[in-house]
Amino acid sequence: MHHNVYAYIFTMAAVSYVIRVLPLTLIRRKIDNPFLRSFLYYVPYVTLAVMTFPAILGSLSAPFPAQLPGLIALVLGIVLAWRGAGLFPVAIACCVAVFLTQLFI
Amino acid sequence: MKTKAWRRFLWGMRDGMPICTGYLAVSFSLGIFAGSIGMTAFQGFLASLLNNASAGEYAGFSLIAADAAYVELALVTLIANARYLLMSTALSQRFSPDTPFFHRLLIGFDVTDELFGLAISHPGYIDPVYMYGAFSVALAGWSVGTALGIVAGNILPVRVVSALSVAIYGMFIAIIIPPARKDRVVAALVVISFAASFAFAAVPLFSALSEGTRTLILTIVISGGAAILFPVKAEEPEASGKGGERDAS
Repeated sequence: MHHNVYAYIFTMAAVSYVIRVLPLTLIRRKIDNPFLRSFLYYVPYVTLAVMTFPAILGSLSAPFPAQLPGLIALVLGIVLAWRGAGLFPVAIACCVAVFLTQLFI
Repeated sequence: MKTKAWRRFLWGMRDGMPICTGYLAVSFSLGIFAGSIGMTAFQGFLASLLNNASAGEYAGFSLIAADAAYVELALVTLIANARYLLMSTALSQRFSPDTPFFHRLLIGFDVTDELFGLAISHPGYIDPVYMYGAFSVALAGWSVGTALGIVAGNILPVRVVSALSVAIYGMFIAIIIPPARKDRVVAALVVISFAASFAFAAVPLFSALSEGTRTLILTIVISGGAAILFPVKAEEPEASGKGGERDAS
């Protein structure tokens, strides 16, 4: 490595911070445009859904039973959350489901 | 009635715990990668403490390993983290007019997928103190996990690591399902997002794109389509906005 690792780290950090802080500081008032408002209302749910599946299954290229623990965690998580369980219980249940299922495959 | 700040901070810490455990697992594997390219534990700790981005850091570390130019590193970080631009824009709408400006600067430090999810899981205005509580455990988990991964390589058995790593997804599920239950459009969007994301991950043409880019494209297309077809009535998301009050459930 010829470049300085710390300079690399601070470059990354500066870019990451600017991306996050610019919208927060520049957009100070309520957005009135109906399309933008609706768009921003839907963004979080879509982003989180996109990131959850199929990532929760683990590697897609592995042979089938490898994705089973994640699939069971997904179904269990949806059922529990649907019945009103909070963040922590659902997260723990998913971990336990994966851990136990892994023991059998 | 406003709850005391330290209690709201503690609630944030408690609700941040699944994020912390999930981060430990994910950053642990990120640390193993950072170690393999020759970064020290301190460098990994610092990078994670300052960046708070899994995909962004992974991409960045690859470029550090390749001895890339600083500009290139900056550009790749920008693309890998571009989705935070959207999330911060969404969050900008959730600040109470009474919230002092410096809170925007501090909240901006740790807008991650998971902490953003936590922030929007509560209706109404953002409570910065609550978020700082969550930040404290999340930052600790993320940066310490990276350092641990570098130092130890393999402290935990693989089974435990992979079990812990789904904590984050469990949390995502707990965030998106309750609104999906109340709002059919959101429910349909969740199903469509699952399907589209699966298709993108499975089809070689799209799976070649980085995960961050795929997330960005799908988010813009699906949310944009929904916003055109099903515009939200004004004030709906903010209707119950009361800063500082949260139930303890």
